[in-house]
Amino acid sequence: MKYILVVLCWLALFSASARAELIIVITEGITDATSIAIVPFAWSGPRLKEDVAYIVSADLHRSGQFAPLERSKMLSFPSQESQVFFRDWQSKTNGAEYLVIGRMSGTNDGKYRIDYQLFDVYQQRTVNKWFATGTDLRAIAHHISDVLYQELTGIRGAFSTRMVYVTMEYLNTTGKRTQRYRLYISDVDGYNDQILMESSEPILSPSWAPNGRHITYVSFKSTRPAIYIMDTKTRQEQKITGFSGLNGAPRFSPDGRSMAMVLSKDGNPEIYTMELRTGKLKRITNHYAIDTEPTWAPDGRSLIFTSERGGSPQIYRQYLDSGKVERLTFDGNYNARPALTPDGRFLAMVHRSNGVFHIAVKDLVRGTFNVLTETDLDESPSIAPNASMIIYATMDKNRGVLAAVSLDGRVKVKLPSRIGDVREPAWSPFM
Amino acid sequence: MSMLNRNAFFALIAAVAISACSSTPEDTTEPAPAPATDYSATDNEVQGGDYGVQEQTDPALQNRVVYFDFDKANIRPDAIATLQAHAQYLSQNPGARVRVEGHADERGTREYNMALGERRAKAAASFLAANGASASQLEIISYGEERPIALGHEEGSWSQNRRSELNYTSEAP
Repeated sequence: MKYILVVLCWLALFSASARAELIIVITEGITDATSIAIVPFAWSGPRLKEDVAYIVSADLHRSGQFAPLERSKMLSFPSQESQVFFRDWQSKTNGAEYLVIGRMSGTNDGKYRIDYQLFDVYQQRTVNKWFATGTDLRAIAHHISDVLYQELTGIRGAFSTRMVYVTMEYLNTTGKRTQRYRLYISDVDGYNDQILMESSEPILSPSWAPNGRHITYVSFKSTRPAIYIMDTKTRQEQKITGFSGLNGAPRFSPDGRSMAMVLSKDGNPEIYTMELRTGKLKRITNHYAIDTEPTWAPDGRSLIFTSERGGSPQIYRQYLDSGKVERLTFDGNYNARPALTPDGRFLAMVHRSNGVFHIAVKDLVRGTFNVLTETDLDESPSIAPNASMIIYATMDKNRGVLAAVSLDGRVKVKLPSRIGDVREPAWSPFM
Repeated sequence: MSMLNRNAFFALIAAVAISACSSTPEDTTEPAPAPATDYSATDNEVQGGDYGVQEQTDPALQNRVVYFDFDKANIRPDAIATLQAHAQYLSQNPGARVRVEGHADERGTREYNMALGERRAKAAASFLAANGASASQLEIISYGEERPIALGHEEGSWSQNRRSELNYTSEAP
């Protein structure tokens, strides 16, 4: 709770200009998005720093599957069921298929309580009603978004999750160009961003532990690459490897007990697993080609990775018990940086066609292959825990920015940043 | 001075060296420059330029960067004079230590480029070792695409970023 207070004070101090490094712009939504009106929630206390109904609208909008009604088009602001007149919401231009109303109150133990209700406007009936309590209004808002999203789509919402990402800026203070790398953590809407670590040496390849609390990454702060684990709550950092050569691409196993990584201590880049409790290493690949970017299958029984053993970078799977290897990608001559959906069915990757790098997805069951993005120099795909969206890094006006695309390619969202180059987003598991 | 000017300059020096001496290293398919062992022959040219290179110093030794082709890590013919000069310097100065840094351009994924950068650093270090440097003088590190020289997003920048740098940590020439 202390953490939340600090964030709130920080927000108050620096006002709107420092509220979020990332701003979200929806570049492409689906044409048949569900219209929904989130009416401002009634509140009789002192002015609040956060507009909960607005945050819920923005969350649902960002999913691309909903078209929230603008507040200026609302004909009334009901907060109780008795104040709802369905004809106010049935107009073609000012209407919505669904209506959400709510009211906020303070509880005896200093929390907020929000009672909210979802209506089906066409059927003129209540779909469901709920309440939420907490001290952090943004967190309550994201929770409400999760509940509404699940109620209306049947899919668990991922609005309460977080992400880590890396920024890099050039500093020119001494006349000599130096770099400033920062490792950030933020909500997935870009708010509540905090610096976890800062270094003049490279930081790369952050990813999450399955517990949603620890992360792993590569830092050169010792002037050589090494793999670290950090507790994002306490900021405590632990060095896991510092072998000679490459120490890269760390990924926690689904059970959190092992880490897959790339080491070149034995000659050239190979994939290893390390049992975290004992530090015991096991070499998985053994090939003179580059093997890198391992990721675990959800069942923990195989590793998916990039290898150029066939002459160009392609994605392979190696089973950990039998050692059997299979090639997964055959489209084009550059497929790298695999990421799997939690059900293991869809494989997202970086795909090069005609010299341009895009995010592509392969359906491992049906074998279909789709290029999802039209941006260039796309990198580092990371899939939401509910598999709704892929967040990735791309270039916009010569700057590294984050963007997101739905797995079917129909929804595209840009997250332009005000500072430096933003790169290597990693979406957290459910928390 | 821009990196390209510097390259053009060294290419010219290398061409002069080739015409004066016709030895060809075994591991290249086309004629490559031999080491410019005759220091005085190039000194005049160096002093005549505005490159700030000091007298009595082999220009190939002043160059600390060699370049690579896209997605490749083999030593190009235009890198041989530089690497041979450094190999010779290292064998003559056993106390000298060099950190060989491998770099990639921004295209492709970061960890793949980290591996590619290591390959380039190793290619340069192997060349130094094969030509007289001892392994204990060489340290290898890859920065992948993290430390570009040129910040553009086109081939003119990328070609400058695909490189190995020789950074002396003691007894630099």
